[in-house]
Amino acid sequence: MRLYWTAWSMLFLGGPLAMAQNNADLLERMKAMEDRIQALESELAQLKGAPAPVQAGQAPAATPAPAPVAPQSAGVLGGAGAGASKILNPDVSVIGDFLGTVGNSGPVQTPSLEMHESEVGLQAILDPYARADFFISFGEQGVNLEEGYLTFPSLPGKFELKVGKMRAAFGSVNALHNHVLPWADRPLVTNNLVGGEDGINDAGFSLSRVFAGPGGLFLEGTAQLFRGDSSTVFKTYKHDDVSTVEHLRAYRDLSESTNLNLGFSYSRGHSPVAETLINQLYGFDATIRWKPLRRSIYHSFVGRTELIWDHNEESRPAAFGYYASGDYQFARRWFFGGRFDRSERFFSYNPLDQTVVLNPPIATQPLFQDTGGSLILTYWPSEFSQIRAQLRRTAYEQSITANELLFQFMFSIGAHGAHPF
Amino acid sequence: MLTKAVRCFSVVLLIANACLGASKLNVVTATEDLAALGQEIGGDHVNIESIARGYQDPHFVEPKPSFLLKLQKADMLALVGLELEIGWLPPLITQSGNSKIQVGANGYVDMSRYCQVMEVPTGAVTRAMGDVHPLGNPHYWLDPENGRRIARAFKDKFSEMRPADAPFFASKLADFEKRLTEAEKGWDAKMAPYHGAKIVTYHRSFPNFCERFKINVELYVEPKPGIPPTPSHTLDVINSMKRENIKVILVEPYFDMRTPNSIAQQTGGIALVLPPSVGGVKEIKTYFDLFDYDINLISTALAKYK
Repeated sequence: MRLYWTAWSMLFLGGPLAMAQNNADLLERMKAMEDRIQALESELAQLKGAPAPVQAGQAPAATPAPAPVAPQSAGVLGGAGAGASKILNPDVSVIGDFLGTVGNSGPVQTPSLEMHESEVGLQAILDPYARADFFISFGEQGVNLEEGYLTFPSLPGKFELKVGKMRAAFGSVNALHNHVLPWADRPLVTNNLVGGEDGINDAGFSLSRVFAGPGGLFLEGTAQLFRGDSSTVFKTYKHDDVSTVEHLRAYRDLSESTNLNLGFSYSRGHSPVAETLINQLYGFDATIRWKPLRRSIYHSFVGRTELIWDHNEESRPAAFGYYASGDYQFARRWFFGGRFDRSERFFSYNPLDQTVVLNPPIATQPLFQDTGGSLILTYWPSEFSQIRAQLRRTAYEQSITANELLFQFMFSIGAHGAHPF
Repeated sequence: MLTKAVRCFSVVLLIANACLGASKLNVVTATEDLAALGQEIGGDHVNIESIARGYQDPHFVEPKPSFLLKLQKADMLALVGLELEIGWLPPLITQSGNSKIQVGANGYVDMSRYCQVMEVPTGAVTRAMGDVHPLGNPHYWLDPENGRRIARAFKDKFSEMRPADAPFFASKLADFEKRLTEAEKGWDAKMAPYHGAKIVTYHRSFPNFCERFKINVELYVEPKPGIPPTPSHTLDVINSMKRENIKVILVEPYFDMRTPNSIAQQTGGIALVLPPSVGGVKEIKTYFDLFDYDINLISTALAKYK
């Protein structure tokens, strides 16, 4: 009897409850479908390149944040167009560097007008573990792979590994591409002791790691191993004639607007002069930057210096050189700067064709010393182009003084990735 | 014996509390607006820091190494996207060596994917158009509706990363949405008398804001996005403002005021520094403060010239 009444109670009371439950479920499902239609409409609008249609008064509050990739719906037929595969192409950029020189250029002859460099950049994320960057430099005479390397940014232990051909982390200027230099040329010390424009640039490995030092100090250690061929700096004679570069960087924010960067570098490899000679380079660099955040697009100052010693295991003293420069941005598009250079050198210039002559390392062989100074004015028509004039005076050792006006037009097309600070 | 047990239990509680504290999510955001919204949802269960300050131009942030130390220990990186940070964030991400926040990783969250974006170019895009954003205008956080969407995205992401705290994040979101809905009524009421008002802005920073509050941006001080004002364009702006009787110019805090002030002087109008971001001025500490401040400023100015 109790069972009988229970069954009837369930039938009469449970029925409406179940119906109510069904209605609630139905409403819930309809709401979910409505949300899904809205999400699909939004996706369709985005694919068409129009803003997502969000109706006035609509309450998307009820919809959860859409997943970045919407699930394939039965209502969507076919995939993306053939052109969609092009989105996997790398970012492509070309940076043109047109350079002109007027005046007496001394022993280092430079063309009066030249398309100094056209740098093609190809950059992309390779896979979930690595990215690839290629910078191919076209000159008027030939092509050079300036850099081409793989970067593994997320190795265990927060190490970063680069594999390929790259500019070495020696000092501050060596690692910079032409288009990010604050001058139209490179400092004398770079030309005399660190291989000039090509610099220490070789194939190998680079391992670096960022550390937090005491008191908010930023530290970065980099160790690089290269084949051992770098311009006039290092040469490899056999397989194990590798060169190495070590760099320790310390950085600190002095205030919100000002920061100081110090670097210590060491590099070692076989000298191009003789197989038995080992070239050792020691470097110290310091950069102070000031950029008030509220007016960062209008005013800034960067002061730089770099001191380099080149010792080649002979009894004669190391060659020494340095530069000090300052660049002040006095308006949104205008920069004014100056640079002082002084550097010794082992090599001499051939008076006939101005080519570099590597002198044998004889203790009695004197070191040449050059001294120079530049004033630089830079104008940016936009973020993507700049016009620069540089008045340069250089007193070379052999009583030759060069007075030149360099002018440069630099322009960038395409998507060129930002460079590290 | 009981005292000893209570002491032991207290120690266990302290350790557990310390462990919970240590398990807070470390979140780094590109801008202070995202940090403010993330803080609304994460509360004291997250440590959240912004890279860019609200009073600096978010297009031109220096990728300082000190930011790397923050990114190195981040569980999540929230960015505005649409290439707003293209000039400074990518090298920081790569150099951080943090696998959690690399592009495509679970901790890399591009908030533009959850928001309504305006000014998405539909035709050819060239740099003859200035420093145009080919993916759409990235200043989308200035619509409260997008703020709501970002908050929801934070809630979903936080809950996914800390499932045990999901109810907490859900309650914070519900509270945020309730307060936002309430605040919107006040903002709408304040702006209602000025629907259709015409204004000038320096840069294209306010399309979402103006669309939401029904103000019409007629002209820009910049001739094209990212291009500084030229004399001829400035003259055009002055003439158009006189012809259309436009009196209010909105300027972001990081732009020079000389040209806008000069235009305002010649048209009998006013140039207002309108912060587009939390932290733009010291009074703006939250997402709500941002709209309170901006709407108060605009409505007062428009009332003066109505």
